[in-house]
Amino acid sequence: MSRRDRSGLLSPTAGKPRIRQDVRLFLMALPFLALIFVFSYLPLYGWIYAFFDFRPGFRLADCEFRGLFFFRLMVSDPVSRGEVIRVLTNTFAISGLNLSIQVLPLFFAVFLVEIRSSRLRRTVQSLTTMPNFLSWPLVFAFAYSMLSVDDGFINRLLVQVGALGNPVNFLASSDHVWLTQTGYLVWKTLGWTAIIYLAAISSIDSELYEAAEIDGADRFRIMRHITIPHLLPTFFVLVLLSIANFLNNGMEQYFVFQNALNKDRIEVLDLYVYNIGIRSGMMGYNYSFATAVGVLKSLVSVVLLFVANWGSKRIRGVSIL
Amino acid sequence: MVTRDKFGLFNLSNSLVFSLYALVCVFPLYYILVLTLSDNQWAASGVLVLYPKGFHLQNYVNVLRFEGILPAMFVSVLKTVVGTACTLLGTSFLAYLFTKKGMFLRKALYRFVIISMYFNAGLIPWYINMRNLQLTNNFLGYIVPYIVMPFYLILMKTYMESIPPALEESASIDGAGTLQVFFRIIFPLSRPILATVAVFESVNQWNNLKDNLFLMTRSRLHTLQYILYNYMSEVDALAARMRSQAGAGLGSSAISLTPMAVRMTVAMLVVLPILFVYPVLQRHFAKGIMLGAMKG
Repeated sequence: MSRRDRSGLLSPTAGKPRIRQDVRLFLMALPFLALIFVFSYLPLYGWIYAFFDFRPGFRLADCEFRGLFFFRLMVSDPVSRGEVIRVLTNTFAISGLNLSIQVLPLFFAVFLVEIRSSRLRRTVQSLTTMPNFLSWPLVFAFAYSMLSVDDGFINRLLVQVGALGNPVNFLASSDHVWLTQTGYLVWKTLGWTAIIYLAAISSIDSELYEAAEIDGADRFRIMRHITIPHLLPTFFVLVLLSIANFLNNGMEQYFVFQNALNKDRIEVLDLYVYNIGIRSGMMGYNYSFATAVGVLKSLVSVVLLFVANWGSKRIRGVSIL
Repeated sequence: MVTRDKFGLFNLSNSLVFSLYALVCVFPLYYILVLTLSDNQWAASGVLVLYPKGFHLQNYVNVLRFEGILPAMFVSVLKTVVGTACTLLGTSFLAYLFTKKGMFLRKALYRFVIISMYFNAGLIPWYINMRNLQLTNNFLGYIVPYIVMPFYLILMKTYMESIPPALEESASIDGAGTLQVFFRIIFPLSRPILATVAVFESVNQWNNLKDNLFLMTRSRLHTLQYILYNYMSEVDALAARMRSQAGAGLGSSAISLTPMAVRMTVAMLVVLPILFVYPVLQRHFAKGIMLGAMKG
């Protein structure tokens, strides 16, 4: 009530209240927009650390300006170059594998709907979706409960049935790290991602199926000629998104699974930047070097995003941005 | 007849494969539960544990007495509740403002928010920024960065635009201001989308290890996820904790703690809230898939 009175007093003309309303809405949004600015845009300022020999605790003005030194270091210094190549190899291998498993949820959904009993179908669906909601420390604890040397179920089982003489330390092994990490990711996300396809399947016109059955198509032909073609657009979007995120394979998963023995194979870009930048005591070049690696990563990611978006427009005529 | 047999076989093997995979998904959970409830000496003796033996709850009693566990549970719950509430209020209010056509610079500002989803400056600049804002070793570091989340904002705005404008107009005519319209009309009417965001965001908050890992070194701000990670990965930390906990029944009786028993009990403490909200979560899957797809 009082607010209306006041605005009436301050803006007696007909035009003015509208302008005031514009600005008032803007002012109300301002604190929230400021949050977006502070947490998403302001950190960009930190790219400047890649050009200085930055030491925490010092003011930037007291740090030596090094220009592109830390970018050149990645190429010129053999040790750093080796590190960057190792980390990029890990990133490409793991992201490549993650890209190749994108077909699994599609087939999971296609075959899940073939289960006759709706009770079994629902049970399977809710049990296989559950892992998606577990944190990575929990996934590690689950893996540990199955695979650890002394207490792991799998180890005990294999020893008891005589398949193994001695328990194997699966978790510390550096063999097949990329594959096992992809395996954990499949275990965690398969059921969940399949829901996207299940939703798409339920939107397919049932007349198509009826017509195909009358024409005598068996279930595999129906899958191949009706179900799967209808799921391809969704599949393309997910593939493009994972291309856009090729360098961002996150770090929590690899962080919780890393140990002294598998570190060389598991360190992806995000984890590497964390390990050298924040974890290792912030000494030497690390801070600035880690920032420089991060800057390059962010730039390439933006390019990949645009490539994926362009691909989406070409293939489907729809932008994913 | 031949085809019917073939399909019978197909149905059987299809169901079987899916049942086996479902078992793979939940068996570790069952195994962990059984380990925490069984006689600890028996569980550690290398036998194949398939069912509980020597049932007792002493592991839970002892682990809850560990220094740091109850405070970590408190921090985890507090960050989940407060964080989710702030996300809901902040993001939905901004979403509502963006539905108002009259807003100054509306299109440009909306774009400003959306673009922030698609890039990030990188870990180190983000970390230094958080330190400059004094959000490291500060509980607010768990909350403030998540007040406005662009993707939820898109979902909420889309939903709010489907609310009949007549409801809002009649309230305005009755003299309600923007805030009143939001809290009395828009917020209650958006309950379906708010519920979806709430369940997903609370799971995110509960599960997030990174914010603790990067930002909080002080032990009184540690979350349960961090404690679990710590006990799982740092054998020394766990051993020291167990030694310092002389009252927690070290020794070799059925209920005395083993490192495995401690780890698995903490894992159960972390997973239990997720299992409790899971039935609620399931009702929101259909809308939640959009969240999942976007996060990539």
